[in-house]
Amino acid sequence: MSNTDPQHPGGAETPAAFQQEVEELERQSATAARLFDIRRIIGWLFVVYGIIVTAMGISPSDSDMEKSQDININLWTGLAMLALGLFFLIWQHLRPVVPPSAEELAAAADRPDVH
Amino acid sequence: MHYLAAEGLRLPTNGLDYLILALYFVVVLGIGFMARRSVKTSLDFFLSGRSLPAWITGLAFVAANLGATEILGMAANGAQYGVYTVHWYWIGAIPAMVFLGLVMMPFYYGSKVRSVPEFLLHRFGPSSHLLSSIIFAVSAVLIAGVNLYAMAIILEALLGWPQWVAIVISGLFVLVYITLGGLSSAIYNEVLQFFVILAALIPLTIVGLKRVGGWGGITDKLTASHGDNFLSAWGGTGIGSENPLGANWLTIVLGLGFVMSFGYWTTNFAEVQRALSAKNLSAAQRTPLIAAFPKILIPMVVVVPGLIALIMEPQIGKPGSGLDYNHAIPVLMRDLLPNGVLGIAVTGLLAAFMAGMAANISSFNVVFTNDIWRPYLKQGQTDEYYLRIGRVVTVIGVLIGMGTAVIASSFSNIMNYLQTLFSFFNVPLFVVFIIGMFWKRTTPAAGFWGLLAGTVAAMVNYFWFYKQGVIEIPSDQGANFVSSIVAFVVGAVVMFIVTMVTKPKPVEELAGLVYGTKSPGLEEPPAEGDDAWYRKPALLGWGAIILAAICYIPFSF
Repeated sequence: MSNTDPQHPGGAETPAAFQQEVEELERQSATAARLFDIRRIIGWLFVVYGIIVTAMGISPSDSDMEKSQDININLWTGLAMLALGLFFLIWQHLRPVVPPSAEELAAAADRPDVH
Repeated sequence: MHYLAAEGLRLPTNGLDYLILALYFVVVLGIGFMARRSVKTSLDFFLSGRSLPAWITGLAFVAANLGATEILGMAANGAQYGVYTVHWYWIGAIPAMVFLGLVMMPFYYGSKVRSVPEFLLHRFGPSSHLLSSIIFAVSAVLIAGVNLYAMAIILEALLGWPQWVAIVISGLFVLVYITLGGLSSAIYNEVLQFFVILAALIPLTIVGLKRVGGWGGITDKLTASHGDNFLSAWGGTGIGSENPLGANWLTIVLGLGFVMSFGYWTTNFAEVQRALSAKNLSAAQRTPLIAAFPKILIPMVVVVPGLIALIMEPQIGKPGSGLDYNHAIPVLMRDLLPNGVLGIAVTGLLAAFMAGMAANISSFNVVFTNDIWRPYLKQGQTDEYYLRIGRVVTVIGVLIGMGTAVIASSFSNIMNYLQTLFSFFNVPLFVVFIIGMFWKRTTPAAGFWGLLAGTVAAMVNYFWFYKQGVIEIPSDQGANFVSSIVAFVVGAVVMFIVTMVTKPKPVEELAGLVYGTKSPGLEEPPAEGDDAWYRKPALLGWGAIILAAICYIPFSF
């Protein structure tokens, strides 16, 4: 453990030692097990945005229609956003993230905790 | 004078638009708080525990590049240079993204490095590692600051917010969600931002096209006012002929398409980091490949609005009009979008600014903690310690970025210079990577000197030969292309010469770092389902290249 080894700063850590450390951290990582599913957030936000924007497009004022070149852009954008939001919610419902299997959890529990 | 211009761009926002914006801020913070419980180790904080699926990292990869400065800048290029702007996408991004996925990713991901500089440490050693880490860390924070400043100017013009309000609010939001959730919350917010910005740009483009009479209307009007070449990708790019870009087909292909774009896409850690957070090698390879497909289509909603703005406001970019080219998209927002969609557009723009800053900060904290603090300042501490340092560094990074933004408001020219300066660093870095990955004999000393010589050569070319008028290049863009070619050639030559006179690393230390070698024990079995045809990296990669080539056809003859 020579800290002065010019080839490997960080306590003579060779590439192999770095890789071992990353593998160990990967095993302890909590992201896969605990990170929530972003599809739910995108889905709900776009549903809410879709409802707001569609509502704006239900009876557009003349000046708004003139501004958007006679396209009811709020209505179409709102409906499209609503559809995208529902798509994400349905996708998440049909293909939920698979939680770690029982064996994987058991294997994780068996490992001695280094902390 | 500037003030008047700003008044002219004011958007007619109402309470509902602000409600849309406020909802977004709430969700952004919510993501940060919810991601917090997934952060247990430093790897969770810095690389999401290397566990994300490819579609998320792929969209984050493209979104990290789709910051607001990029969107406004490319629309500005569309208004200034016309269809030439597509080169930044189809030749200036796609081949490099595919190369990263197919050729370089096995080395990056397979060697389990946590950052781009860490790869240099293993392949070459500490001198090039430290040099590239410091330059990356400094430039990431400054670019984050410049990004904040750009946002402050635009928000002042569009919404009337004082500059400091915009800087403080968005800076603090970025600070909170990255400090809490690390890369996971940065990436999740990028995915969200990707969809919101599209929900803003697509309606803008549709209404704009109707206003100017469709693509036919654009062609007729701009051909009449700007000539045929303005709507062609290659017309007028013969060597020696004049065009607004100030570049010819050779500097476009070599300078932009090869060295500049490969330098940016394959070695810029803010991008590569997204791929390194993927859950396995296949997902890491697919990250830039999945990103390539939206990247091919983005000019339709960015460059086209630039052209539309030029028709609606023919004076844009001319002195005295009060509008510069960067205002192309804001002008369309002001003139075409009713309340409702307007709120989405403002939210998308703000989200894109915050994501652009967050991408820089979330890569900065990795490089500072893992590549500077840990190896050279404070070795051998526990993982909790480095996780805590990562969080502290995030706070400091954002605060420096906010400070930079405030300084930039009084020295904006200096900031432009700094940005140009740092842009010269990616190309030599790419030279060092590409030679280091494919030539076992290349020595540690060659890595360091190649990096330094290439960087200096690009600066000499740009600041001395071009700026002092020693050689004749018609525009800054053209000069950038030439500078990067110079950097590439000088870096490569220096590496070759130094390699010849210095001692290479022993071959056994290069396992998994050089083409034709494999790290011991890295044979991962492919994950279930990854052998489906639509998940084959080669198919995705070549598909993207072919699609980009097809996109050129209508603009080439």
